[in-house]
Amino acid sequence: MKINHLLVLVLSVCISIYTLNACTDSAAQGSEMPDVVDYNFHVRPILADNCFACHGPDAKKRQAGLRLDIAEEAYKALKENPTKHALVPRKPKQSEVYLRLITKDAELKMPPIDSKLSLTESQIEIIEKWIKQGAIYKPHWAFLAPKQAPLPDVDDEDWVSNEIDYFILEKLENNHVKPNPTADDESLLKRLSIDLTGLPPTTQQMDAKDNYEKQVDHLLASPKYGEKMAVYWMDLARFADSHGFQDDSYRSQWPWRDWVINAFNKNMPYNTFVSMQLSGDLMPNATKEHILATAFNRNHKITEEGGIVDEEYRVSYVADRTNTFSKAFLGLTMECAACHDHKYDPFSQKNYYQLFSFFNNVPEKGIESVVGGPETYAKKPFIKITKGEVDSLLQFISKKDTNELIVSVMGELEDSIRPTYVLERGAYDKLGALVFPQTPESVLPFNSKYPKNRLGLSQWLFDKKNPLTARVFVNQIWQEFFGKGLVKTPGDFGMQGALPTHPELLDWLAVDFVNHGWDIKHLIRKIVTSATYKQSAVISKEKYEKDPENVLMSRAPRFRIKAEFIRDLILASSGLLNQSIGGPSIKPYQPEGLWEGATSGRGILSIYKQDHGFDLYRRGLYSFVKRTVPPPAMTIFDASNRDQCQIERLPTNTPLQALVLMNDPTVLEASRVLGAKLLENKHPLKDKLSQAFRAIVCRKPNEKELVLLDNYYHLLAKSMTKAKAEKLLKVGEYPIKPQLDKVQLASLMQVIASIYNLEETFSRT
Amino acid sequence: MNKNFLEHQLNFNRRRFLSQLSMGVGGVALGSLLMPDLFSGKNVAEANLSPGIPDFAPKAKRVIYMFQNGAPSQLESFDYKPKLTEMFGQELPASIRGEQRLTGMTANQSTFPLVGSFAGFKQYGQSGAWISDLFPYTSKIVDDICIVRSMHTEAINHDPALTFFQTGAQQGNRPSMGAWLSYGLGSENKNLPAFTVLLSRGVGNGQGVYSKLWTNGFLESIHQGVQFSSGENPVLYLKDPDGMNREDRRKMLDNLAAMNQLSYDKFGDPEITSKIQQYEMAYRMQTAVPEIMDLSSEPDNVIKMYGPDCLVPGTYAANCLMARKLSESGVRFVQLYHQGWDQHGNLPYEITKQAKDVDQASAALVSDLKQRGLLDETLVIWGGEFGRTNFSQGTLTPDNYGRDHHPRCFSIWMAGGGIKPGIVYGETDELGYNVIKDPVHVHDFQATVLNQLGLDHEKLVYKHLGRRFRLTDVSGKVVKDIIS
Repeated sequence: MKINHLLVLVLSVCISIYTLNACTDSAAQGSEMPDVVDYNFHVRPILADNCFACHGPDAKKRQAGLRLDIAEEAYKALKENPTKHALVPRKPKQSEVYLRLITKDAELKMPPIDSKLSLTESQIEIIEKWIKQGAIYKPHWAFLAPKQAPLPDVDDEDWVSNEIDYFILEKLENNHVKPNPTADDESLLKRLSIDLTGLPPTTQQMDAKDNYEKQVDHLLASPKYGEKMAVYWMDLARFADSHGFQDDSYRSQWPWRDWVINAFNKNMPYNTFVSMQLSGDLMPNATKEHILATAFNRNHKITEEGGIVDEEYRVSYVADRTNTFSKAFLGLTMECAACHDHKYDPFSQKNYYQLFSFFNNVPEKGIESVVGGPETYAKKPFIKITKGEVDSLLQFISKKDTNELIVSVMGELEDSIRPTYVLERGAYDKLGALVFPQTPESVLPFNSKYPKNRLGLSQWLFDKKNPLTARVFVNQIWQEFFGKGLVKTPGDFGMQGALPTHPELLDWLAVDFVNHGWDIKHLIRKIVTSATYKQSAVISKEKYEKDPENVLMSRAPRFRIKAEFIRDLILASSGLLNQSIGGPSIKPYQPEGLWEGATSGRGILSIYKQDHGFDLYRRGLYSFVKRTVPPPAMTIFDASNRDQCQIERLPTNTPLQALVLMNDPTVLEASRVLGAKLLENKHPLKDKLSQAFRAIVCRKPNEKELVLLDNYYHLLAKSMTKAKAEKLLKVGEYPIKPQLDKVQLASLMQVIASIYNLEETFSRT
Repeated sequence: MNKNFLEHQLNFNRRRFLSQLSMGVGGVALGSLLMPDLFSGKNVAEANLSPGIPDFAPKAKRVIYMFQNGAPSQLESFDYKPKLTEMFGQELPASIRGEQRLTGMTANQSTFPLVGSFAGFKQYGQSGAWISDLFPYTSKIVDDICIVRSMHTEAINHDPALTFFQTGAQQGNRPSMGAWLSYGLGSENKNLPAFTVLLSRGVGNGQGVYSKLWTNGFLESIHQGVQFSSGENPVLYLKDPDGMNREDRRKMLDNLAAMNQLSYDKFGDPEITSKIQQYEMAYRMQTAVPEIMDLSSEPDNVIKMYGPDCLVPGTYAANCLMARKLSESGVRFVQLYHQGWDQHGNLPYEITKQAKDVDQASAALVSDLKQRGLLDETLVIWGGEFGRTNFSQGTLTPDNYGRDHHPRCFSIWMAGGGIKPGIVYGETDELGYNVIKDPVHVHDFQATVLNQLGLDHEKLVYKHLGRRFRLTDVSGKVVKDIIS
């Protein structure tokens, strides 16, 4: 039977299993043996990673009838040997869980050799100690509603600016670490401006020297704020300008993006914002705006490849919505339960298809049309938006010259309800049991008062008892401002996800957010006015050695800004930026032949038709995303290809990024234009260099830096010829004033281009 | 692997190192982490560390994958079915078709008339393998290659089938095979990416290619395939602007490094030092890549071997020659895509031209590697994403027909890299509809490729969203019988 057991395990475990070095999250967190072993923080990560695949929630794959994720089950007599118990509280030597870990008998050893998993010594010690202390289980932290703990006591009250700081400082003091001093005004303004608007501060803003609170007010009120926030939301909502499969032709979803910008700018409460996107069409007295908001759930890829099986694709769209809903709003990996019960979290496959059924009643097809004309730019159901509506109700749509726009939106079948079945192994044609709309009870049972449709689903999501919604959003926003979430797996709040570094802070913010009516700007103001946020980003050697990941937050994080904001900074600092908001996406400079080389030749996106004039200088969020060939200057800087819902970007540092900044016409043109502007003023050279540096890096250069820039300029000027200068200046379409000295301009342009290549330029410091 | 040693080597990159460890990445990934390679973005300076650490002794060091995008017909290439010619125009027996689902293109067809190859077949080499007359050059290297006639897949349309072949899943944003190898083994050349992609298009019906086919998926973007193309920018943004020479660039980088160093002195952030390194590597790449792309130093006999097209940038033949050069320089995975194999109609005419387009250069690549002594350590793969139906799509006439997509059987070939040369593996029924012996699923194929590179497909994993993902998803067996 044991051999059989192993075989079944090997064949069945859907998760390929392997770690040479069992440095899991838990090990990284608990380098020292805790005095009191906590189930959630110390034990569960070990069990989840090593045991739950066969002794967890997935009923079909469960081995020996043993479940270790539920206390009562784990304490029971073993089904296969009733004289023994998996866990005997306080008695590790009588607990099979422990005995199987330490045995030398390869037949009995757990996890089985074949699983290629093993526990470290310290992990085994934790299990032992936990059993000794009573093997006490606790519900998963994320499934318990957040509660506001009292603010902790701290010694250095003077440092504290608001509630956030109490939680941060408490942990710092416990670890005997001091916070960094407050950042200097210049750094702080750059940080704040980029974080709130995605743009660097203007020279006027830098000169104004307003107090910090005034700067916060000003930037939060700026319409650029909505654009900044939209970038994150567009990743989450997998927004793109193409349908995404094969020939990957055009779609016109951008009015939804304009709606998002407007909603952020109006500071629409988060519950309204999301409810409208999930169920605007079902709301009483729904207006066109409500319906437009639901385009959120039609942003997924839609095939136009002739010959596909319709139902296969239709099912994949419903699954995409289900997965996006779970990941974006609940921070759950429900998608794992599409083919089988979840291996780690308490979601059955049935739970998955119950949730799926909310999104399964759309009057849509797997394939509606193949690549074609304007009628294919949206797929049924869609809305038509007329010029009259753009001029009245939908003024946030930025296209005044339009006759009619079409946008794919949500809808419900009118006369019938499409039945939903559990799909065995996730296959569209393997229908299992019939299911009905329902939410996972382990998160929060569905209140019977709620309608069993997407409207009810929104109500469930924003039910005050829902333990996840506020936490997950607060964590996403924290990530926007600190580079990493308090839970560093923003898409996984389940058993396999990371534990919060500051659980009480996360909960305090979540409760505060809800108590303030899901007010997004309130939350953001709280974050940016904290002393924690305002610390300098200097990394001392001691702090780096003690806390390289900055888990304790004893300094401001230093990270590269998003791809879109790199473009924005280049355009804004050179004065090229086109400030208009919204409208159809634009096609900036791009290396030749990329679309052409990857197409079959069908559709209007088979050739890249670059835009001209002021359209060339739109912000990064308006750059056209053709999913199969996304803009390279964006993806090289880790932007999403918008294939699926994405709520974090993995930052990299590669030579390809260096090549972009050295040679992209966008950078070179900006350098030329800024150079020309500076040449026109009568200031001495050093002042010009200083002004360029300040416009780009957002601070005045120090003396050493100025000397380097000055020397570099003279080095360039010495070898610059008119012929060479003319070649260098021939980049970009923005015109040059003919009277400018070309040799001087080309030299200055080169110096400015080098400033655009500084590491600090695109770092949030 | 001694952790202290690693930390010592990676001193100023400790942050990323720890974050990797905390993700549960195993020793395989540590291998690539140790690589001082250009594209890793890692900063082990020029430390003399060994490249990636395979699970066991690898047979192959590199892969060249000539993907025939659009799905070439096995019935006009490597799977000889005289019975089909005999049964010309007769209906495909329902007993053979079984429950195979059809694409939307033939699902409504009222008849399924069988049709044999218009092209003749002959036996070649010591193996006596049957190869169609459309592939005269390939038939000359038959004793160097292993033909697998029993491939089968799950997808029946191009996009999902291609994605399945490259990433192990039909949908979703999973890492491509080359990205997995870059992740698992790192690069052999510090001036070139570990995973490069070359695109070309033939005369036949094209189906497009997608950057998701060379995506890093959830792996770090340093493992993404880097597209090389002909023309003045073989790698995006590689070329310095007009008017700037190498000396100017050097001066720029020297000044930049000095300024960045000031910033490091102020902030102490290791990412700044890393940035300086990345610029230096970019600079080296600006020299190394054009050297690779320059075919002018290739001797006449090599040019002759690949055919005159190899001097025309962007052609399949030019890409084959470039693939050899990249591979020779240590690029771990060179992926070619050649469009134009989707012969739904007018097959005899189209496939003749399409085959002519690729035959000579494909065979030349194998012979060229062999004469350089590189074939043993280079795994060469030729094949499409699925097969084609044994019945005609559209109207069947005595000299014209088409074939629809067919997932149940198709042929690919492999050479070098420890694959048995001169064998034919697997068998289909006499009507070429089902595999009857030694089936090879796409995941089996992927497991075999990884195996040849010394990687256990069940061990090469990456933890993402709480789950350990792998190229072969949840299945796949190494095809031991084709390994020498």
